[in-house]
Amino acid sequence: MDNYKGVLVCGEMADGKLAPITIELLGVGRKLADELGEELSILLLGSKSGALGQDAIAYGADNVYISEDSLFDIYNSDAYTMATANLCKKILPSIMLFGYTDIGCDLSPRLNGRLGGGLSMECSALSIDPATKLLVTTRPVFGGNALATMLSKTARPQMATIRAKVMPPAEHNDSRQGKVIPLEDKVDPSALKVKVIEKIKEEVEGVKLEDAEVVVAGGRGMGTAADFAKLRELAGVLGGAVGGTRVACDEGWVSATLQIGQSGKVVSPKLYLAVGLSGAMAHIAGCLGSKCIVAINKDNEANIFNVAHFGIVGDWKEILPPLTEKMKELKGK
Amino acid sequence: MNIIVCVKQVLDPEIPPAKFKIDPETKQVIPPAGVPPVISVYDERAVEAACRLKDKNKGKITVISMGSEKAADVIKHAISMGADDGFVLSDPAFENLDSFGTAYVLSKAIQKIGAYDLVLCGRQAADWGAGQVGSILAEMLGIPVITLACEIEVAGANVKVKRIVSDGFEVLEAPMPSLVTVSSEIGMPRLPAGMRLMMARKKQVPVWKAADIGAEASFLDKGNAHTEVTGLSVPSRKIECEIITGATPAEAAANLAAKLANLI
Ligand SMILES: Cc1cc2nc3c(=O)[nH]c(=O)nc-3n(C[C@H](O)[C@H](O)[C@H](O)COP(=O)(O)OP(=O)(O)OC[C@H]3O[C@@H](n4cnc5c(N)ncnc54)[C@H](O)[C@@H]3O)c2cc1C
Ligand SMILES: Nc1ncnc2c1ncn2[C@@H]1O[C@H](COP(=O)(O)O)[C@@H](O)[C@H]1O
Repeated sequence: MDNYKGVLVCGEMADGKLAPITIELLGVGRKLADELGEELSILLLGSKSGALGQDAIAYGADNVYISEDSLFDIYNSDAYTMATANLCKKILPSIMLFGYTDIGCDLSPRLNGRLGGGLSMECSALSIDPATKLLVTTRPVFGGNALATMLSKTARPQMATIRAKVMPPAEHNDSRQGKVIPLEDKVDPSALKVKVIEKIKEEVEGVKLEDAEVVVAGGRGMGTAADFAKLRELAGVLGGAVGGTRVACDEGWVSATLQIGQSGKVVSPKLYLAVGLSGAMAHIAGCLGSKCIVAINKDNEANIFNVAHFGIVGDWKEILPPLTEKMKELKGK
Repeated sequence: MNIIVCVKQVLDPEIPPAKFKIDPETKQVIPPAGVPPVISVYDERAVEAACRLKDKNKGKITVISMGSEKAADVIKHAISMGADDGFVLSDPAFENLDSFGTAYVLSKAIQKIGAYDLVLCGRQAADWGAGQVGSILAEMLGIPVITLACEIEVAGANVKVKRIVSDGFEVLEAPMPSLVTVSSEIGMPRLPAGMRLMMARKKQVPVWKAADIGAEASFLDKGNAHTEVTGLSVPSRKIECEIITGATPAEAAANLAAKLANLI
């Protein structure tokens, strides 16, 4: 166990650059590594990885492991698990950090299974226990109703996935020094059992949910697809995006890619308008970062009123149309 | 084809947050009185996925659940939906196992059941929600894993899976046997009805203990746990909500609009 040293970030790239989540992981990874007096490394996979080595160093990495193999350009669980496991067996990282992303959520548990580590998913905080030097993770459990702290006494690596925008990004400093090290082991394409046949992008009209400054979200209380569409009208007036609870997505009133919550998207707009949804913690987990939450619900005991800044108790059918009209008027001025 | 589905019995996740209580000492949740435990949401969808595969390709569905002997209820629920057989894995040594321990027990039970083409799990349990037992289990069984399925199809000797990603979908294929974790996007679970419901009620669900599946003590030893829960707390989020009123709903809406106009 004592041979395990250092922090390894499993990096991701987007549009030929380091993904924002990866820069956040380098930030927290650097802090953990400094506290332990150990090195911070990052693994970057894919044909563009070579070009990003210096950038990763400027963001705090001491070592950048790269493989410019185009096999990694599309995420394949088998290929990523093999390459990452090979590196881990060589450098024996004590701590591994992943984004709570499409890649991180698939790769980290599988790698954990292969390496026999200890993994904590969806962490909101990471720290080093001063006495034992163990990684302490904080994560939501029971659909966000409670927070648990966890640690791994003996299993290595200690692994954690972290949501985007929870940790501050690392600072870029061009004077930092580090090494770029190409991976020696190649992944044999014939060893891959899982094949990616096709990727289907779902285009959403209008403002992107994650970037929207205003989000109008609806739940079971909307009742029908036609009624749910009324939220789109208000979102249109406010220049915002529409999202839904899991129930709204289950009903098919809104696309599954627009589910907000623990198992969907996390948004942090200026204004979050929650209509006909009860505010289950698993949903709230997706919008707590909003500057202002406004609730419209006919049940004055609904949990959404415990997290909202403003609310109207009533039937949305009587409130939404005049609200939309009034907002049109006010925005028109 | 033979399908094995792993289902967990959990505290009903839909209890209102106000009723959610914990014991920070034991780091356990105190179940509210009179609220029966349920089948974990995503696991019910996994049973649904298995039933759809069976509808199309024929075959046998076996359901396993590790937990207390009461977990027979979730096995019966799965049988009432269309599963054929089921086993409860219950032993004092199985209590409070971490994800590795859980996956180990499930893997031993699966090996005892024998031939299988597919193992289905939920994407995440609705209680502790570690989000990893399926993937660890696949690694232990030495079979491919595809996570977050919203459609599962058999294509010859392969399983073809549509999985959800943040900006759409991916279609993947893997040779069977494979493990697939199921997300809610697979669709609503069927309602148990009529004969099946009666049959399930009468079904005797065998309980397998550690010795029955050949689970070795060293793998169940809490001292060897990969992860340990050191604390449990309920975050306090107290926000004073300003309730906007008016003589009529329309007036309340107008008052709200005035507030919002200042914000955006
Ligand atoms: C592990 C796990 C992960 C989950 N992940 C997510 C997630 O990512 N996102 C998510 O949303 N959920 C998630 N859930 C589900 C979550 O627990 C709730 O079941 C869900 O959010 C409830 O959706 P809802 O608010 O639309 O429905 P309900 O809870 O049924 O609420 C409907 C509300 O509408 C109100 N209403 C009804 N009619 C009207 C009307 N005419 N006018 C005004 N109000 C009205 C009612 O008073 C009620 O409060 C998850 C659950 C688990 C266990
Ligand atoms: N005690 C259990 N019994 C049966 N299946 C389980 C158990 N715990 C977890 N699983 C399966 O593993 C999935 C993921 O669980 P978790 O990693 O704990 O979130 C669940 O959706 C179940 O399919």
